[in-house]
Amino acid sequence: MSAQPLIETRALTKQYPGVLALNAVDFDLHSGEVHVLFGENGAGKSTLISMLAGANTPSQGSVVLDGQEMKFDSVADAQDKGIYTVFQEFSLIPTLTVAQNIFLGWEPMKGPFIDHRTMRKRAHEMLLELGFDIDPNETTSHLSRAQQQMVEITKAFHGDLKVLILDEPTASLTDKEVDHLFEFVNELKAKGVGIIYISHRIQEFSRIANRVTVLRDGGKIGTVDMAETNEDALVEMMTGRSIDEIYPKIEKGSGEVLLTVEGLRTAGIRNASFEVRAGEVLGVAGLVGSGKSRLFRTVMGLTTRLAGTVKMRGKDISHAPTRDIIKEGIYYLSPDRKGEGLDLAKPSKDNLAINLVMGDKVGGDGQLVKWSEVNAEAATISDHVELHAGYRNKPVSQLSGGNQQKVLFGKCFGQNADIIIFDEPTVGVDMGTRAALYLLIKELAESGKAVVVISSDLPEVMNLSHRMIVLAHGHISAELSGDDMTEEQVLKFFFDETGAKL
Amino acid sequence: MTTEAKETGAFDPIRKTFIKVGVLPFFLVGALIIFTALSDKFLSVQNLVNVARQSVYLVLVSMGQMLVLISGGFDLSVGTSIALTSVVSALGMVWLAGIFPDAIWLAITLGAFMGFAAAITVGLINGVGVAYFDVSPFIMTLGVSSVGAGLALFLTGGVPVSNLPFAFGDTFGFGRLFGVPIPVIIAVICIVVMWLFMSRTRLGTQVYAVGGNIKAAHLSAINTKRTLMMAYVICALIASLTGLLLTARVESGEANLGSTIALESIAACVIAGVSLRGGIGRVENVVLGAFFIVLVQNGMNLAQVSSYMQMVLLGALLILAVIFDQMRYRMILSGN
Repeated sequence: MSAQPLIETRALTKQYPGVLALNAVDFDLHSGEVHVLFGENGAGKSTLISMLAGANTPSQGSVVLDGQEMKFDSVADAQDKGIYTVFQEFSLIPTLTVAQNIFLGWEPMKGPFIDHRTMRKRAHEMLLELGFDIDPNETTSHLSRAQQQMVEITKAFHGDLKVLILDEPTASLTDKEVDHLFEFVNELKAKGVGIIYISHRIQEFSRIANRVTVLRDGGKIGTVDMAETNEDALVEMMTGRSIDEIYPKIEKGSGEVLLTVEGLRTAGIRNASFEVRAGEVLGVAGLVGSGKSRLFRTVMGLTTRLAGTVKMRGKDISHAPTRDIIKEGIYYLSPDRKGEGLDLAKPSKDNLAINLVMGDKVGGDGQLVKWSEVNAEAATISDHVELHAGYRNKPVSQLSGGNQQKVLFGKCFGQNADIIIFDEPTVGVDMGTRAALYLLIKELAESGKAVVVISSDLPEVMNLSHRMIVLAHGHISAELSGDDMTEEQVLKFFFDETGAKL
Repeated sequence: MTTEAKETGAFDPIRKTFIKVGVLPFFLVGALIIFTALSDKFLSVQNLVNVARQSVYLVLVSMGQMLVLISGGFDLSVGTSIALTSVVSALGMVWLAGIFPDAIWLAITLGAFMGFAAAITVGLINGVGVAYFDVSPFIMTLGVSSVGAGLALFLTGGVPVSNLPFAFGDTFGFGRLFGVPIPVIIAVICIVVMWLFMSRTRLGTQVYAVGGNIKAAHLSAINTKRTLMMAYVICALIASLTGLLLTARVESGEANLGSTIALESIAACVIAGVSLRGGIGRVENVVLGAFFIVLVQNGMNLAQVSSYMQMVLLGALLILAVIFDQMRYRMILSGN
C-alpha cells in the first residue's frame, strides 16, 4: 500500500451555517481496495462522499485524484473523471425501461438514432454478468426496491470506472443478492477499481473490506485494517458501547389472541393463516419478494384481498377500509418512511399531531382540535422516543434516517393501537438509534401490546421475536418458536419450494 | 471567505422571512414603492379603502382555491362556479319573483340556494373525478370549467339575465351595515370561519395532512378521498357565494363573470406562500395575497397601464411567484 493513492482527501472540511458537518478528515483509497466508511447517521459519511461524488463542494481542504488536486463541478463531472456513486436515493426514471435507465445519457447510437436493439442486448449482458435476474425491458416502476437498487448499481458500469462509491447498497437486498454483489465487488477489486463502501451492516465488512475508517460527529476516529480488528471493536469505536447491548431481552406476555387471519389470499399470497397474540413479538421473515410485507399490507386493507378472513378480537374486519382497521386498534408503520410514512416538509410535531388529531388519545371526540393538548402530547412522545429537542421544529426531510424513524415510531405512540406492525423498522438506521428503537419495541410488547416485526434483517427478527412466521413464494412455509428459531431452520424455510409448485 | 460569511449574515433575516412566509412581503413592499412613485393618488386612504372593497371577491375565491391547493390539487373551474351561480340564481330569482311577487325575499333566498346547488354540483363532480377516479386536478377542473361555462351560456343564450329583484342588488351589492359595505362584512365572516376551520378543526388538519403526503395520511386513519372531495366542494361553495355577491353588484346574471379569477386566485395563493405541492398555506397570508393582486391592478389602473398590458404583467407575476415557490420549497427541505 505504499503506492500513490487513487483518491485521497486532505483535511477535508464542510461547514454549514451552525454545523461543522465534516472536520478536517484525511481519507485515502488505493486501487483494488474496498475501504469501508463506518459511523452513525450524522457522523459525516454522506457529507464526505457527496464531496467525492461532486454533489457538494468542500469549505476547506482538497480532494486529490491520481496525485492531482481536483474540483468537481457536478456529479456528471466526477463521473467523467471515473468516480461513480450509487446513492441511497435512486436516480432512476420510473417510467423508462431498465435498459433505458442503464444507458441514460450513454445511449448507443446508430447514425442519428438510438440503437434500441444494442441497448437491450448490452443491458441484458450487464445484468447477467452481475447476476441480477431482471428483464431489461421491464418498466422500472414495476420493479421492487431491491431490483431498482440492482439497476442503480448496474448503471455504474460504464466507461472508465476508477472509483465506485456504494452508499448502503445492501440495505434492501436479500442475502443471495448480497452474495452476487460481493462477488462482483471482488471482481472489480481485481480489475483495480477502488471501492468506497458505506454500510451499517457490520457483519458484511469481514467479507469484503480491506480497511475501515470510522467517523463520529464529523471527525475521523481512526482507520484500521480489517484483518487487525473485529466487529465489537468497530462498534465500540463508532458508539462507545458493545454489541450485546443492542438487542434487549423482551419478556413474553399473556398470549391472548387479538388477530386471527384465515386462508388469506391476494395477488402473490396464498392461503395464509396465522394469529397475533398480545404481549408477544411476532417476527415475520422471508426473502425480498416472498410476500412478507404484502401479507400485512393486505391485512391492513392496503392491497386488495381476494379471499379469506381477518378477525380482530373476533370481529370480522376483512372488508373494512384501512382507516377503520386502524380504529379497531391495528397500526402499520410503512418501510418507506419518506414515501408513505412522513410528511417531509413538516416538522416532527405536525407529523405526530395527525395521529393525535385523528385518534382518541387526547382532546376527546369533538370536531375542534385542542392544540394545546395535542402539542403537549406530541412533546411527550418526542421525549419518549428520544428525539433531540433541536430537531423538533425542523422539517423531517432535514433529519437523518434514524431520527426520521424515531418520528415514525412516535406516530404509533400517538395512536391507541393494540397491535403494532413494524415493516422493516430499522432500514437505513445506525446501530445507536437501532438500540433505542428496539427498546421502544420492548416497551410496547411488555406493556401488553401485540408487536409484529417484519424484517429482511435476519438477526433483527431472530433476536426480537418470541415466535416467527417464515414466508417463501407467497405462502407461510413455517411457524417457529423457542428453540426451533435457529438461523439454519429459518434459512431452510426461506427457500421452501412447496408453495411454488402449487 | 470572511466577506462571504458576512454577506450571508446580512441576508439572514431576509432569507428567514422568505422561508417562513414566502415572497409576499417583498412583492408588497416593491408594489407600494413603485405605485407610490407612479401616482400620488395611490397611497391615499380613500384609494386603499376602495382597494379593500374591490378585493373582497378575490379574497373569497382565493380562500377556496387555497383549500384545494393545500389538499394537493388546484381548481381551474372557480370562474365557472361563479358564472353558473350568477346565471342560475338570477334566472331563479326572476322566475320566482314572478310567481311570488309579494314575497321578494323568499324569491331571493330560494334563487340563491339554486345558485349554491349548481356550484355544489360543480364541486362534487370535480371532487369525485379527482378523489375516486384519480383524474389529474388539471384535466378534471379544466374539463368541468368548459362544461359549466357552456351550460351557463346555453341557459342564457349569451344574454345577461336582467330585472333582478331590486332588493337583492341594493342589499348585497351596494348595501351597508353600520357604514361597512355588506360584501366586506360577509368576507370578514368567511375569513374568520375559514381561519378557524383550517387551524382549529380536525377536518382542516386532515386537509393539510392529505396534501402533505396522501399515503401517510391514509396510514393515519384519514379518509383521504372524502377529504379531497370536501376541499373541492367547499371551494366551489365559496366561489358560488362570490358569484352571488358579484351578481348583486352588476345587478344581472352574467355568464362571463369570473373569467379571469382562476388565474388571479392561484396567483394570490402562490404569492401568499401556498405550496403548489400541497400541505402548506395559511389563510391570513392568502387574504393578504389577494389584496396584493387587487392592489397591483389598482396601481396599474392609476398609472394608466392598459388592461391588455395588465394581463401580461399578471401572468408574469404568477410565473415569478411559482419560481420563488420552487426555491422556497427547496430551502425548506434542505434547510439551507
